[in-house]
Amino acid sequence: MSDKTTANAKTQSDVLFEIKDLCKDFGKGLVLDHISTTIKQGEVVVIIGPSGSGKSTFLRSLNLLEVPTSGHILFEGADITDKKLDIDAYRQKIGMVFQHFNLFPHMTILRNMTLAPVKLLHMDEKEAEALAMGYLERVGLADKAQAYPSQLSGGQKQRIAIVRALCMNPDVMLFDEPTSALDPEMVGEVLEVMRDLAAGGMTMLIVTHEMGFAKEVASRVMFLDEGKIVEDGTPEKLFEHPESDRLQSFLAKIL
Amino acid sequence: MDGFLASFKNNFIDDNRYMYLVEGLGTTLLVTAFAAILGILLGFLVAIIRSTYDKTGKMKIPNFICVIYLTVIRGTPSMVQLLIMYYVIFASAAVGKPLVAILSFGINSGAYVAEIVRSGIMSVDGGQFEAGRSLGFSYAQTMLYIIMPQAFKNVLPALANEFIVLLKETSICGYIGLMDLTRGGDIIRSRTYEAFMPLIAVALIYLALVMFLSAMVRKLEGRLRESER
Repeated sequence: MSDKTTANAKTQSDVLFEIKDLCKDFGKGLVLDHISTTIKQGEVVVIIGPSGSGKSTFLRSLNLLEVPTSGHILFEGADITDKKLDIDAYRQKIGMVFQHFNLFPHMTILRNMTLAPVKLLHMDEKEAEALAMGYLERVGLADKAQAYPSQLSGGQKQRIAIVRALCMNPDVMLFDEPTSALDPEMVGEVLEVMRDLAAGGMTMLIVTHEMGFAKEVASRVMFLDEGKIVEDGTPEKLFEHPESDRLQSFLAKIL
Repeated sequence: MDGFLASFKNNFIDDNRYMYLVEGLGTTLLVTAFAAILGILLGFLVAIIRSTYDKTGKMKIPNFICVIYLTVIRGTPSMVQLLIMYYVIFASAAVGKPLVAILSFGINSGAYVAEIVRSGIMSVDGGQFEAGRSLGFSYAQTMLYIIMPQAFKNVLPALANEFIVLLKETSICGYIGLMDLTRGGDIIRSRTYEAFMPLIAVALIYLALVMFLSAMVRKLEGRLRESER
């Protein structure tokens, strides 16, 4: 009996996000049109699609930065679309990286990283700093600990934004076009950090236009168009054998 | 020169008349300081309510009350407000004149501070708010740790200006018979029948105070700007 329970628990905890009939309407028609899918632990899901396809809205719905019009999002078994639920507690487990970094300009890099663990996880100040320094070393920015965000390049800022989110020890990381605001020569350093993260087994959902990166790192690619998941599968399947006309023409345009 | 010295002695030394200025200055500083504190408290409160309503649509009724407050206070002269506070609201209550002045100027200043702070909150990039919330901070925590410090920095010059205006505005305290710096100088004038000395002295003291305040603000601004080096 105990074996069965563990097995059940395992399959249940295996699923990180269960998304059911997710709709979002900004008042001009559906941006997300009944999206249903499941995200499992350890998956690296790259979401691609033309601009306006709803991919950013989809990603931002997963931590309720966009409040869905209808549908349900289950995160680790809890329905986070339930208004009675304390979303802040769940957001602590969902790291997010933005296109425009959104570092806090009035704090040092170290403070940017330790603020949330200290205030929300009640981590000891020293402990949080040690944790942050560890991450800074991993991304090669330990010497910037006392710098302010305005003193960093775009690539450096985005690397900090990633490790700032990691300091909360999240179960999943959401990336909303993390390299779109970067100068081309800085894209590589950010992708490198993300590649490491994926190799370390982090569950990741990434909205990006970096198709090379998608092919290399994704365990699964989702093609969104007009608020629907049009195709969903391995990178080989989507990039080498696209089935739908829409994906074929999308790939033809960008590759 | 002898005439100047004689006039100086007559206006400030004889009968210890300088004490009118000293006591008046004390009242001016007391009223300004406490009115500023009240103004900041009220202003921040109103600004947070107003921008919470703007951002989330919550706090509809408090927001409505705030709008009325802002409209009435900014739509009437502060001198009329002071007179109403003294002769109408506290007409039958035994409340000290300094307290009446503090309340009146504080409530007045709060309305201006509120709009300054609200503009500061609105000037902070929306991404900052999202970054705070995505880390798991509540609305209030995001405001406190992330938005307000940046908003405060953005509006510091405007805020300082408001308090310099407030300092000078307290010069109407004499209308409720409260002896502030201006009234003190005016009393000397009425005793010595000389206008030049006491009024210029009063003007110079205000000027010195304002210059001192401005210098302090510049210093504070410099420290807050560290993050933009």
